[in-house]
Formats: sequence, structure tokens, C-alpha cells
Amino acid sequence: MTKNWKMPKWFYQLGSPRWFYDISGKLLPGFSIAALLLLLVGVVWALAFAPADYQQGNSFRIIYIHVPAAILAQSCYIMMAIAGAISLIWKMKVADMVAKSCAPLGATIAVLALATGAIWGKPTWGAWWVWDARLTSMLILLFLYIGVYTLHTTVESEVNAGQAGAVLSLVGLVNIPIIKYSVEWWNTLHQPATFTVTEKPAMPSEMWVPLLIMVLGFYCFFAVSLMLRTRVEILHRERRSGWVQQLIEERQHVL
Amino acid sequence: MYFDSFSELLDMGGHGLYVWICYAIALAILLFNIVSPLLKTKQFFYHHYR
Repeated sequence: MTKNWKMPKWFYQLGSPRWFYDISGKLLPGFSIAALLLLLVGVVWALAFAPADYQQGNSFRIIYIHVPAAILAQSCYIMMAIAGAISLIWKMKVADMVAKSCAPLGATIAVLALATGAIWGKPTWGAWWVWDARLTSMLILLFLYIGVYTLHTTVESEVNAGQAGAVLSLVGLVNIPIIKYSVEWWNTLHQPATFTVTEKPAMPSEMWVPLLIMVLGFYCFFAVSLMLRTRVEILHRERRSGWVQQLIEERQHVL
Repeated sequence: MYFDSFSELLDMGGHGLYVWICYAIALAILLFNIVSPLLKTKQFFYHHYR
């Protein structure tokens, strides 16, 4: 006898590609405007108004890209793993499409975190790269993204591709706490976390407020890009269904 | 503003190149992640144009 788990109605609605397409279409304008405003204010504040660090000078301004990118690269990975798990357990199509969309997005953000870290490392540590626990675990995160992306795009059957990608992303989840605690477990050049839940940031508010704005801006950008990517995936996979055919026809009238 | 002049903002006390390259890479990567799905959406409707 199998026990039937009752999930709330919205959970099953999430599984409907058409429902996701409609709701994301309504959410996109708001998130786009928020992302644009936050990033614009954040960048101007970060570059021209925030004070320089007394030790690192103006190279410190790289933090406003580096930290949001590093945080987002990890959040995106967790999201990809959760979406993968949902698609494995409940066979939810949209979850699989979200997981697939997270992979290239997260990979490019991980590249951004690594690249800005290297460029920041040069004037600060005197080296572009060191084989340090934080940097190495971040590089592994990038390889995991590339692996998941490759599985999703090269495995012939969509179902097998999704399952393989989900399993790899779930296994790779173990890397996330390693990234987080790498600065505490091993001796490292890398400085500890800027934001923690329990303590006030060590830097003055003129520095952390723009950083917080940038982090929020990156999250809004993430929402926009993820929705756009997932919508393309939905259109592609549902191209034979009536509602997508109708969308195509509607587009033709506009053209 | 933190800097006294525009040229000082560009120079960033000698760190200008490092800082500006980081922001340029960020712009490129964020734009790519927005433009790429938009182009794919456009292509989708173009290919299914009958």
C-alpha cells in the first residue's frame, strides 16, 4: 500500500508549464524594473560614493560585484538541486526545466565570481590564483555547473537527461557547505563572510548598504533571467500543445 | 562623491584597470544572460512562423 502525499494546490499548479508561463509573464516587468533600479543605484554608489578601504584602497570596490556574484552562484546551485529533486520525486516537468535553466546561468555567474576574485587577488594578494580551499571549492562549483549543463544538453532523452542532471546536482550539493566553511576549516588568504545572519557587518554602513543593494539587484536579475530561460524551454517542449500554437498564431497577427 | 574629479574616478588611485575590468565583465555576463534567452524566444517564434 502506498501512502498518497497531499500537496497544496499551488504546488501542482507550479507543475503546469502553461500556468508557469502565464504567471512568469506577469512577474517579469516588476522584477526587471527592480533589477535595473537596484543595480543602477548600487553600481553608482559602489563606484563613486562608497569610501575606499583603508588597506586595499579602491580595489575594494570589486567587492560590490564579487560578493553578490559568489552568493548568487551558490543560491542558484541550491535552487538547481531543489528543482532537480522535485522533478525526480514528483516528475514535475516545470521543475526539470527550471533546473536545466539554472545550469548555464549559474555557470556564468560562477565565472564572474572567479574572474573578479582573480582580478581582485592580483593587487591585494599579489597573485591571480592560489590553490586555497575557498577558491578551489568555488572552481569545483563551476565544474559541477558545467557537468549538469552538459548532461542536460547532450543526453538524448529529455527524461534521462533531467534525471542525470538532478542526481549530479544533488550529489554536488555537498560542495556548498564546503565553500561556506572553507574559510574557517582551513588556513586561507580569503577573508571571512561579509554578511552573517547573527552579527552586524564589520564594515561601516557606507560600505555594506550599497553591497546589500547589489546583492538584492543580483537576485532580481537572477529571477528575470531564470524566468526568461525557463519560458524558452517551456515554449520549445510544449510547442505541439494547443496553447503554444495559439501563442504562435497571436504573434503572427502582431507581425 | 568620493573622488574629486572624473579622471580620479577613472584612475581609482592606480587600481582603475582592475576595478573597471571587473565591472565590464559583470555587465557582459549579466547582459548575456538576458539577451540570450530573448533571442532564443524570438528565434522560436520565427521558426514556427507558417
